[in-house]
Amino acid sequence: MNTVSLIIAEVPYWGQSLLRVLGGLVAVLLPAGTIVYLFLFKMMSFMQSRLGPMEAGPYGSMQLFAEVGKWLQKEDIYPARADKFIFKLAPLIVLASTFLLVVVVPFGPDAWFTNFEAGIFYALAVSSISVLGILIAGWSSANKYSLLGGLRAAGQLIAYELPMVLAVIGVVIQAGTMNLQGIVLAQNSGSMFGFDGLGNPYVLTQFVGFVIFMISVQAELTQAPFDMPVAESELVSGYMTEYSGFRFLIFFIGEFATAGVFAMIASVLFLGGWAVPFSWFGWTTMDSVDNWMNLAGPLILFTKMMVIMFLVMWVRFSYPRLREDQLQRFAWKVLIPISLVNIMLTAILKVAF
Amino acid sequence: MTLLGDRQQLSYIASQAADARVNLELETEGMTLNIGPQHPATHGTLRIIARLDGEQVVWVDPSCGYMHRGYEKLTEVRTYPQVTALVNRIDWLGSFANEVPFILAAEKLMGIEAPLRAQHIRTILFELSRIANVSLFLGDLGVQLGAITPVFMAFRDREYVLNLIEGATGGRFHPNFDRIGGLKDDLPAGWIDETRTVMKKLRRFCDEIEDLLFGNEIFQSRTRGIGVIPRDIALQYGMSGANLRASGVDWDLRRDQSLPMAWDKVDWKVWTHPDGDSFARCWVRLQEVRESTRIVEQLVDTIPAGPVMTKVPRIIKVPEGEAWVCTENPLGEMGYYVVSQGDLGPFRVKIRSASFNNMSITPWLLKGVYVPDIVTILASLYFILGDIDR
Repeated sequence: MNTVSLIIAEVPYWGQSLLRVLGGLVAVLLPAGTIVYLFLFKMMSFMQSRLGPMEAGPYGSMQLFAEVGKWLQKEDIYPARADKFIFKLAPLIVLASTFLLVVVVPFGPDAWFTNFEAGIFYALAVSSISVLGILIAGWSSANKYSLLGGLRAAGQLIAYELPMVLAVIGVVIQAGTMNLQGIVLAQNSGSMFGFDGLGNPYVLTQFVGFVIFMISVQAELTQAPFDMPVAESELVSGYMTEYSGFRFLIFFIGEFATAGVFAMIASVLFLGGWAVPFSWFGWTTMDSVDNWMNLAGPLILFTKMMVIMFLVMWVRFSYPRLREDQLQRFAWKVLIPISLVNIMLTAILKVAF
Repeated sequence: MTLLGDRQQLSYIASQAADARVNLELETEGMTLNIGPQHPATHGTLRIIARLDGEQVVWVDPSCGYMHRGYEKLTEVRTYPQVTALVNRIDWLGSFANEVPFILAAEKLMGIEAPLRAQHIRTILFELSRIANVSLFLGDLGVQLGAITPVFMAFRDREYVLNLIEGATGGRFHPNFDRIGGLKDDLPAGWIDETRTVMKKLRRFCDEIEDLLFGNEIFQSRTRGIGVIPRDIALQYGMSGANLRASGVDWDLRRDQSLPMAWDKVDWKVWTHPDGDSFARCWVRLQEVRESTRIVEQLVDTIPAGPVMTKVPRIIKVPEGEAWVCTENPLGEMGYYVVSQGDLGPFRVKIRSASFNNMSITPWLLKGVYVPDIVTILASLYFILGDIDR
């Protein structure tokens, strides 16, 4: 069974591949564009008592295309002493990790790119690849600010990988599977203390894990209060300082596309993913889910993703940034012990009930 | 003493050598980081040469002069009334406050005094420029620490104050309104009522900033205990203004010296803080904005009637002599030492601006801090580049 043959009767293999590539592009770029317009342009402006872009299109909705056009026209500059090959490679690595990440996200009962048995394990593994891109971007720029930014990013992303994994373990224990589709099934066909009207979204039963996961996501995405790697007022955008034009655009897309994909994974893990509680329509297993959920699922996931992104951006726009040592202390002395306790409690309660 | 076997001895020597090699290899040489001349944390073109060990500062050397405009020399080829247009540009956020001490010095030399009404309006505009200056500091503080929202609130509410200054003087940034012997004009109609409403808005802005920024735990952990200046060190380096008051020195020129201004006619308080860290400096400034709104509110209620200009000759010649007048400007003590030889313009003017002395503590203060703290400390010391390089 695969994605395409359910909607259109017969598609040859090359057609399926083409559709998957297009689907991947849409799944990465559409959320990224929406996030940038809705949150970065508009919500930020309203929070700061200004209007934001208003000229390009109705309410400035075409502003992003104007910006992309501007970046594409800019000169492609690289520093004279930069390591050119690696310098050019770095943004591509960052963007590639986003595309590697999106392939495990389930969008509907049959709408997925791949359905790994250890899906969440794979997602956490490939999300670390972007560290490599950021580190070599900082190193190859031949700029001291970029170097500091790259090293800060490496330290930060590695430190926050651990609480993120530990927070996910709680979910995995409760769902009993690492398969993302299985986690969706476990949440929506489950029940809380015998009440199945809401299913069992882990945001309620794994609330501590959810909070730790969101804090780690905030740090992974280098959004304020954890934006030391790009700190504008001290490091002047850190590892991105020397990038201009198209390469900066790729970094920019990478940043917000990764934000979107992480929000999707968070909504799959904690908000029930693409599905609504199965009890609403009398479904019980994955096979009994109606086919129209393949179309409605992506929209539901998109809505949940936007809720998560709203939280991320809300914090981003209102908090000052921490210092590097305070950030590490927070990760190792607060988040990791709490998440370890969370795992133990989850395991005990799982056995008890 | 037991003798070591050959093998043991060799392995001991080898391990020692390996340790030494590792130490030698890990002994990284420091990195020199040029913060500025173009850097967002320097509000202009200040250059701070920092020698780093990792992210820790070994020593710093602030190097100023990139924006030196030679105002002290330029005043020698200007007449007295022309000088106010120059000195406006020293601390460009609180321009009117720069004019006042110079004009007072010239008046002192001529032996005249502005009428009471002019003194009141001068004091009101002086405090308004302090509010315009320091309220932007409160917003900019957030930007330096990574919170981008407060600065827009600061710009929004500072606009009301700038509108007031524009309404009274005709210039938003550089009023050039003060004259020897009084003021250029009287206040426009309706200005006083508007001032009262704006002062209420500014107090609400202070409450907002206190909630949003000062109450934030991240902000407190970034500023408390960072960049501590003890009381005696602050006095030794000649600090002034809120930086000195934050170190626990109860010193305010508005209260401590008698000038022909209206500060002694109203009820206000000089705030000090015992800690001397970055948070204390920010907190003292926040309280000062509140006090300034109180001063302005009381003064607009008690403006006396009368002229705004005394009798002065059409062509102003200042008699021979020397005068020193300093006031408590938004950034600290600002003074002019004017030497006159009886000409149309001054013979020599020495400008004492607050930021230059406040900056001189940075080599002592920034030693051993982390790179992000450089930004915090510079922001909390609050310098305006035009005030460093006159």
